[in-house]
Amino acid sequence: MRNVAIVGIGQTPVGELWHKSIRHLGHDAIVAAMKDAGIETADALYVGNMLSGELAGQEHLATLIADFIGLRGLEAAKIEAACASGAAALRVGFMAVASGQADVVIVAGVEKMTDTPIDETTAGLALAADQEYEVAEGATFVALNAMLMQRYMHEYDVSHREFAPFPINAHANAQNNPFAMFRTPITPDKYEKAAVIAPPINILDSSPVCDGAAAVVLVPLERAREFGHRQRVVRIAASVTATDTLAIHDRRDPLWLEAAYLSSRRAYAQAGLGPEDIDLFELHDAFSIMSVLALEACGFAPRGRGIDLGQSGAITLGGRIPITTMGGLKARGHPVGATGIYQVVEAVQQLRGEAGANQLPHAHVAMTQNIGGSGATIITHILVGED
Amino acid sequence: MTTLLKPQRDVGIVGYGAYIPRYRLPAREVSAMWTDGTTEPPITEKAVPGLDEDTATIAIEAARNALSRAGIAPTELRAIWVGSESHPYAVKPTSTIVAEALGAAPLVQAADWEFACKAGSEAIVAAISLVGSGMADYAMGIGADTAQGRPGDALEYTAGAGGAAIIIGPATQAIAHFEGSLSYVTDTPDFWRRPQAEYPSHGMRFTGEPAYFHHIITAGEMLMQALGRTAADYRYVVLHQPNVKFPVRAAQQLGFRPEQWETGLLVDRIGNTYAGASIVGLTAVLDVAEPGDRILVISFGSGAGSDAMSFVVTERIYDRRLLAPTTADYIARRTVIDYATYLRYRGKLKMH
Repeated sequence: MRNVAIVGIGQTPVGELWHKSIRHLGHDAIVAAMKDAGIETADALYVGNMLSGELAGQEHLATLIADFIGLRGLEAAKIEAACASGAAALRVGFMAVASGQADVVIVAGVEKMTDTPIDETTAGLALAADQEYEVAEGATFVALNAMLMQRYMHEYDVSHREFAPFPINAHANAQNNPFAMFRTPITPDKYEKAAVIAPPINILDSSPVCDGAAAVVLVPLERAREFGHRQRVVRIAASVTATDTLAIHDRRDPLWLEAAYLSSRRAYAQAGLGPEDIDLFELHDAFSIMSVLALEACGFAPRGRGIDLGQSGAITLGGRIPITTMGGLKARGHPVGATGIYQVVEAVQQLRGEAGANQLPHAHVAMTQNIGGSGATIITHILVGED
Repeated sequence: MTTLLKPQRDVGIVGYGAYIPRYRLPAREVSAMWTDGTTEPPITEKAVPGLDEDTATIAIEAARNALSRAGIAPTELRAIWVGSESHPYAVKPTSTIVAEALGAAPLVQAADWEFACKAGSEAIVAAISLVGSGMADYAMGIGADTAQGRPGDALEYTAGAGGAAIIIGPATQAIAHFEGSLSYVTDTPDFWRRPQAEYPSHGMRFTGEPAYFHHIITAGEMLMQALGRTAADYRYVVLHQPNVKFPVRAAQQLGFRPEQWETGLLVDRIGNTYAGASIVGLTAVLDVAEPGDRILVISFGSGAGSDAMSFVVTERIYDRRLLAPTTADYIARRTVIDYATYLRYRGKLKMH
């Protein structure tokens, strides 16, 4: 196995991008990443995407985008793992380079969610849940996460307002990210008064439906210096996928993200690191409750105490374990199949020292975690900046 | 190539009339029913048609007022065109009902227009062209609607009822001289209703920037440019008004001030009268305008497009406007109803 480096990153602004089709979004992010890496062609293109077939009536997406950007001839495939599609595609790209099957691989995440009426988009997202046992009962992802949040509040005697630091931190960090969807700060008061979607989840607990695309370029580590001309090279130190039951009610403890536990533990072992070595954690804050559960499962807090990391300020840029450093899913936005790549692009920005006003002073090791469904597929990557 | 629509023969508005049903549903009734009163309503109240009212009866009332002001016989009309998205029949024209009720049939062009909320202004532009070409001396364009909003939907707060009729005739008889118009349309699916569907669908925030604002502002800017005018040349501006926020923001972006748009902005008190909205606003302006006042009207219809029209008021306004009830009279004539009565009047209760 070869070591793999990320030598190029690209992203489009996240938002309601009605003037861009899915192929244009893919084009914009990929061309930016190729330019960043200084490449004009590649061996393979893997595209993470969840809903192009359902919402745009377009499958065969990776080949479509490859053709559109003038890369006809290369290997191309779409990878789908619900909201974890982006990281799943990255993992395929990682394996292609690590195994020696390919030398230069482009991995993109693309999603277009706002060209369809919201009920169609919501129904599309629900395809990631258990159709027979969850969706047939009327559950959407907001409903499923609302039950988790309610259970957490009950189990650990936590009030709703104690979740406020998570979206507040995300919005604060998004202010300095020109690609983020919501660049306005929010206050605890605004959080408490926000419109409720499914109790106790309110609109500021929930990541937005949006469009966006992000891309990275992977090469073997030993050749990384030939590309991109960056002072720091970013190495993928760990890439692990773990799975759990699709339906929440099949889990022994619904408040324990077993797949996050498994993928993070295996990732720590692969990288030879532990939670104490992680300088920043781009986690999957699709809903506030998911941030808390991920922090607990990945070893940053004991069970029932992940909420404290918000209260203590540990999750902020100056804290012990900064999360969502460029806005996260909540404020940068959550174009589902693209999210996993946005997380990696932002982690690379931090490790390269290119995160602008949000730059962490000592960013050497970053962890990203992309979740599909309500925790059924969880993919963890650890990235290390090397001088 | 000219983009300005201007007939060879000078024409103008020779008669106008509005009609607003008397019932009012306060928007807080909708908020109380569907969101426990937590939603801040976009308007104060909307006009609701009574049990025996529909687009045809609204059009007839407005047309009679327009005929009174024009001082012509109904048989002098060579066209009656009704724009609406709530024609009582899917197949069978509203306009023949109106023509017959007015006594204008049978020697008259009659047809219905459909372009969401732009159908009324489209009918007026057609009337301008018929008279402007010399084919006819008088033609009437009507915009009227009894708009539907799905219970609990954002549109239920605003989907109102009302209409207005404009009679176009020779400029020598005009109470407002027509200076020119410009139409701007694209295939933009911001709002639609499929056959057999009881309620329309809409694209949430997509109805804003790419639909309403893009078309209204582009049409307005292009018309003013073609006529060599600026916002300062106008005493009044009337925009399509699906809520209060949109027309105010669009008018600001076009360079207008509150005193220019306030007279024609009625949505807060009658709701969105769809194909009627911008034309009812125009009638409210004509009720108070002075000779020499210039008026800019910009409609918007989903799907999507805008007609921008420029008029200058003449001396004849003084005598004619007293010949029928004013739009303000209809707005003041109000009976407040609750949500349950609204459901009954709008036929939302399944009886069979």
